[in-house]
Amino acid sequence: MATEKIIMAGFGGQGVMSMGQLLTYAGMIENKQVSWLPSYGPEMRGGTANCAVIVSDSPVGSPIITGDATTALVLNLPSLVKFEKNLQPGGRLIINSSLIEKKAEREDVKAYYIPANEIANELGNSKVANMVMLGAYLELTKIVSVDTVIEALKKVFGPSKADLVPLNKEALSRGAECVK
Amino acid sequence: MAKVLMKGNEAIGAAAIKAGCKFFFGYPITPQNELPEFMSRELPKIDGVFVQAESEVAAINMIYGAAGAGARTMTSSSSPGMALKQEGISYIAGAELPCVIVNISRGGPGLGGIQPSQADYFQSTRGGGNGDYRHLVYAPSTLQEAVDLTIEAFDIADYYRNPVIVLGDGMIGQMMEPVEFNEPKKRDLPAKDWATTGTEDKRRPNIINSLALDPAELEKHNIKLDNKYKAMEENEVRYEMYKTEGAELIFVAYGTTARIVKNAVDALEAEGIKAGLIRPITLWPFPNKAFNEIPTAKALVSVEMSMGQMIDDVKIANNGKLPVHFYGRTGGMIPTPEAIVEKAKEILGGGK
Amino acid sequence: MSTIFERTDGLTDKQFHYCPGCTHGVIHRLVGEVLVELGVLGKAVGVAPVGCSVLAYDYFNCDMHEAAHGRAPAVATGIKRVLPDNVVFTYQGDGDLASIGTAEIIHAAHRGEKFTTIFVNNAIYGMTGGQMAPTTLIGQKATTAPYGRDAATTGMPLRMSEMLATIDGAVFVERVTVHNVAGIRKAKKAIKKAFEVQIAGLGFGIVEILSTCPTNWGITPVESLKWLEENMLPYYPLGNFRTPEEGK
Repeated sequence: MATEKIIMAGFGGQGVMSMGQLLTYAGMIENKQVSWLPSYGPEMRGGTANCAVIVSDSPVGSPIITGDATTALVLNLPSLVKFEKNLQPGGRLIINSSLIEKKAEREDVKAYYIPANEIANELGNSKVANMVMLGAYLELTKIVSVDTVIEALKKVFGPSKADLVPLNKEALSRGAECVK
Repeated sequence: MAKVLMKGNEAIGAAAIKAGCKFFFGYPITPQNELPEFMSRELPKIDGVFVQAESEVAAINMIYGAAGAGARTMTSSSSPGMALKQEGISYIAGAELPCVIVNISRGGPGLGGIQPSQADYFQSTRGGGNGDYRHLVYAPSTLQEAVDLTIEAFDIADYYRNPVIVLGDGMIGQMMEPVEFNEPKKRDLPAKDWATTGTEDKRRPNIINSLALDPAELEKHNIKLDNKYKAMEENEVRYEMYKTEGAELIFVAYGTTARIVKNAVDALEAEGIKAGLIRPITLWPFPNKAFNEIPTAKALVSVEMSMGQMIDDVKIANNGKLPVHFYGRTGGMIPTPEAIVEKAKEILGGGK
Repeated sequence: MSTIFERTDGLTDKQFHYCPGCTHGVIHRLVGEVLVELGVLGKAVGVAPVGCSVLAYDYFNCDMHEAAHGRAPAVATGIKRVLPDNVVFTYQGDGDLASIGTAEIIHAAHRGEKFTTIFVNNAIYGMTGGQMAPTTLIGQKATTAPYGRDAATTGMPLRMSEMLATIDGAVFVERVTVHNVAGIRKAKKAIKKAFEVQIAGLGFGIVEILSTCPTNWGITPVESLKWLEENMLPYYPLGNFRTPEEGK
């Protein structure tokens, strides 16, 4: 792995920021060079949210991802429209097909369609749609191990939410199955 | 010590606490809010004090009082709020008190925007307040550097009895990176025997003051301050040279812009174009001497998130030797490595 | 031979720069005496304002901090939060406290900062040369109100004590005068009480002291005492506006 530049985007409340932080945290645990950069604006809730995560073997230069994203995880339609163009040729476009009917327009990127909300609902908690998406991404790139992500999750959750770990683990694994 | 993943604003707050700062006075403004929020959460745990002031003006004057009482103290704000703090900064410099002031800057003028910007270069380095004074300005480029410089800023402030500015931008404040909190190198710091802590009937009263109505007395004070600033210029200049050896084109950039320029330098290198970067870490004092270390350079480019402010210092440091170019984005727009590469090619092409 | 009157240790030997007939000197002395009588001079940190009393740091015989115009309550907040066991006071005029520093005084009171403010109201800007203050009376002439203060364009004089008394954190608020001996005695009692409230940790205290400015009022010192009584007292009634319940 050289450098993974990942854009994660969706509605506020879909957990894109925390998904990004989790991946960043896991990268740090595996001694990789990482950065997490959020979009920030006057809207506190409900607007579009996105973050840029870089995981690399060499020190992170600019934390901003412009036209050279290696992957974009898009959880809603406005995010697909906005960020498809930011992928580098050959990049991965991971689309939440539960909420996005539109297909990828570019032919020089690899598109994956993950019914993240359906899977999350099957698991009994729509909030883990983000983890389904992340599971698919981890399976495609192996950028960090699923075990490390779980380790990071335990640290982020703390003991009070430890009971949520199995659900999240399951969501990661169901996401991975979609791209196997 | 183990690395932890933190947001820039929180990391700076944690660094201040690590440096022994127990008194924070601030006022909400985006994009630095996580810093006072962090302090309001953490300081009570260590018997410290957080006060949300009624304004930036009040906050900096609380700093003035707390610093006068001998405490390690800090405030933070963002550009328009920093404009309001200039009154107090001038008094603190005049009265020779130590403190640390963080500016997580945003676009301007006026209310401007809330996205990252470097348009406060003049305000930071030229003295936004009245009078003949200077203060150190640190411009960290990574969160680790923000942590290290914040910790050190308290020592530097105490050593010189002078305010120190840590200048980040919205990106430094908002992004997350792993950081570790290292012990700073030990400095011999003078005792704060000037502090207004009460005489306890054992000594003559201490007076914290910036008023000197007698011109001869004030001139003497100004000269004393200037000698202190000269010592800072002598001893506190910091900069990084990135791939400058053999470089034909030298970029000058600081803070987050320097990170973007590093990407551009690497991209140019991949195409066989020799470019390097001078990264000032102290904006004041400016690293003039770095410009004597680039014998192969044919041109300079100042890259800033402003319409061109640091370029004035680049020109002073360059002293007419090389052509000085500029590339900048402003208003919260961020330069891309690609655009910087293009600019470099345009300059080198045009020079042939 | 018994001593009937002597200088107070609360003040330095420095000669005042105040104009003849100005009552700042009396007020300085009262504050100095109170600090000595309460045994807190060695723990006292005073904050001087910008205005006629800008040089107060040379007169009070305790640690002093010179503030920017109007910001004394913010500076005092910083000092008291660092040194909660010290006795902190601000000494401010009406331009400083009632004009440029209204936000700072109101919010120090609002937070219930545990320091004491000595507020000297002489209804004019003294040091800058007799300009109109928020406290200047209607019809009173000032260098920026040469035809007399006009309510239609400059509003009515601000009553700071009444305003501050509406704030919960201001636990002691009293207006006194120093234009006669009885007034001076009462003023000292109020100042002492305000410091006691601080020492007991009860909250913010302020004593507003009506004062004279013969120079800028353009009358003699004796006339100015009479002018204060006839013009200021009717608009700025004396009395206590807030005091902590005894035994609290």
